[in-house]
Amino acid sequence: MNAPAGRFGGFGGRYVPEALVAALEELDRAWHDALGDPDFGEELARLHRDYTGRPSPLTEVPRFAEHAGGARVFLKREDLNHTGSHKINNVLGQALLTVRMGKKRVIAETGAGQHGVATATAAALMGLDCVVYMGEVDTRRQALNVARMRLLGAEVVPVSTGSATLKDAINEAMRDWVTNVGDTHYLLGTVTGPHPFPTMVRDFHSVIGVEAREQILARTGRLPDAVCACVGGGSNAMGIFHAFRDDPEVRLHGFEAGGEGVESGRHAARFSGGVPGVLHGAATYVLQDDDGQTRETHSISAGLDYPSVGPEHAYLHDTGRATYAPVTDTEAMDAFALLCRTEGIIPAIESAHALAGALRVGRRLTEENPDPERPPVVVVNLSGRGDKDVDTAARWFGLVDAEDLVEAEQLKADEPVAEAEGSGW
Amino acid sequence: MSALDDVFARCRAEERAALVAYLPAGYPDLDTSVAAVRAVAAAGADVIEVGVPYTDPLMDGPVIEQAASQALANGFRLAQVFDVVRAVREAGAVPVVMSYWNPVLRHGPDRFAAELAAAGGAGMITPDLIPDEAQVWRAAADEHGLDPVFLVAPSSTDDRLRMTAEACRGFVYVASTMGVTGARTSVGGSAAALVERTRAVTDLPLCVGLGVSTGEQAAEVARFADGVIVGSALVRTVGEDPTLGRLRELTAELARGVRR
Repeated sequence: MNAPAGRFGGFGGRYVPEALVAALEELDRAWHDALGDPDFGEELARLHRDYTGRPSPLTEVPRFAEHAGGARVFLKREDLNHTGSHKINNVLGQALLTVRMGKKRVIAETGAGQHGVATATAAALMGLDCVVYMGEVDTRRQALNVARMRLLGAEVVPVSTGSATLKDAINEAMRDWVTNVGDTHYLLGTVTGPHPFPTMVRDFHSVIGVEAREQILARTGRLPDAVCACVGGGSNAMGIFHAFRDDPEVRLHGFEAGGEGVESGRHAARFSGGVPGVLHGAATYVLQDDDGQTRETHSISAGLDYPSVGPEHAYLHDTGRATYAPVTDTEAMDAFALLCRTEGIIPAIESAHALAGALRVGRRLTEENPDPERPPVVVVNLSGRGDKDVDTAARWFGLVDAEDLVEAEQLKADEPVAEAEGSGW
Repeated sequence: MSALDDVFARCRAEERAALVAYLPAGYPDLDTSVAAVRAVAAAGADVIEVGVPYTDPLMDGPVIEQAASQALANGFRLAQVFDVVRAVREAGAVPVVMSYWNPVLRHGPDRFAAELAAAGGAGMITPDLIPDEAQVWRAAADEHGLDPVFLVAPSSTDDRLRMTAEACRGFVYVASTMGVTGARTSVGGSAAALVERTRAVTDLPLCVGLGVSTGEQAAEVARFADGVIVGSALVRTVGEDPTLGRLRELTAELARGVRR
């Protein structure tokens, strides 16, 4: 018998139908072959540089940091990437692998639409057919991203099974994959799923942390005291955490969607309300009931609204290398507004959870070590831009009056317009 | 000899394939699902797979997916699966459970195995648990005298066919085509080829599933397989006719098919 593949302690693995095992092994081989091929590395680096616009800048945000207890705060600007988030890093890598495997079709799941848009983008660039599965509820809420994907030539399939959201889109993508695996690659958008996805997706995103580590050393002459990221599936967080994993003095903080508060039951805080289980091919923390049925989740941020989390995060949580805490909708939106007003940067609502967490972390670090000569340094992964979230934010803050809302709803009824684009999956 | 060994030996003695029927527990509600397993047992099913409704059944097509959703919406609780298993046993067919892994994991694999054995269950089919990840389940099954049944697929390599068959007891579930559960107009070619490849590595009975919906197809599969598994087509008749008349008719047609 084969040894269990892709384990992070007791988490990870491959909890999949036998029919998919051959494709997972083919993918694993193609990925390792590519790692040993300098041409692959050069091509990916060229795309990062000339297409995505890497390296992304590291921006210090002193006016924002005035609210972080005296810490210095730096943002890793994944929001400035082509397509508006970190998602493109992984998508370009997997799209190149798809071409190497000789497959002509990619499928993807998406929640808010950001991974779907990135996948549609790479498929257009590389001449691949592209089908994106998206919960029907999300296609209605995120009509603008549906239009973006269609402009890029992708087919968007609304999924109406189950709760008609991200987890159901993943189920449907898995069903497509098991049926069409001969010519199709499932371009999974985060660090979960069966091996090799959690490791491979992390490695494609590890460029975030590698750049950030060099940049912060160059700017401050030292490593940061803390790195903060939001965690849905957890790809942006793994991408920035990975380069700091062997720096014990750097605290790693993941922030989950606390929704209306963990005590309300309406949240997506897997490490507060979940227990170890199996979902979508991986052993990890899962929000589930006593019978092992997956629980419904809630977050203002579609990209964090997912009942499970990447297995390496489960491992980092249980070993204590990283800490995870919930951030409520309200805290995230307050941090969203603060960054807009103090720095002129509109973050994705997902990333605003990391910003809210960074304010907490900065204050705590300053309390622990109040030395004005050596303020704590906090790096935040700003995983996506928030242009797309303007409508959600405008409603949240009451920036549109009732008449505008009526008029907007009228327009929506006539011609679908996005309520919000979302920035996660 | 387990109950599964017995039933396949008996079918072999009768020179026919076994009819293996899948029905979800709790669909459309618990009482009807109990009546449904009694009906298919009376109409000629040899083995009944009692399905555990699950929120995320990624191996299932629309018929079983919707049945699971409805069962959950109607208040299905995991422990009720044992009531249905007991009903199968009392009706004279051999019960096995088919479940995605997370409900069993949450319940506690050893506890689940103990309760399944106590209810008269013969084993469990695990569509999303491959032998590579099944150490815990196999130990629990061994402890409680249950047969673990894993799936093989057209994409399985010969090495994996051998490894998977070695991990099975009772029978091997041969997934006839690449894809999810659901009726198909044709199940022939790839199923026969996969059965042949699997025969080369095991003496266990081979049951073919995914796609069979008519007596004609059952007869076709029975020519080369030891068991014919029918799921979605039966589940659909329960939805269409809750008096179970059509379920009885289709089961009887399938039972004639495996005897042709």
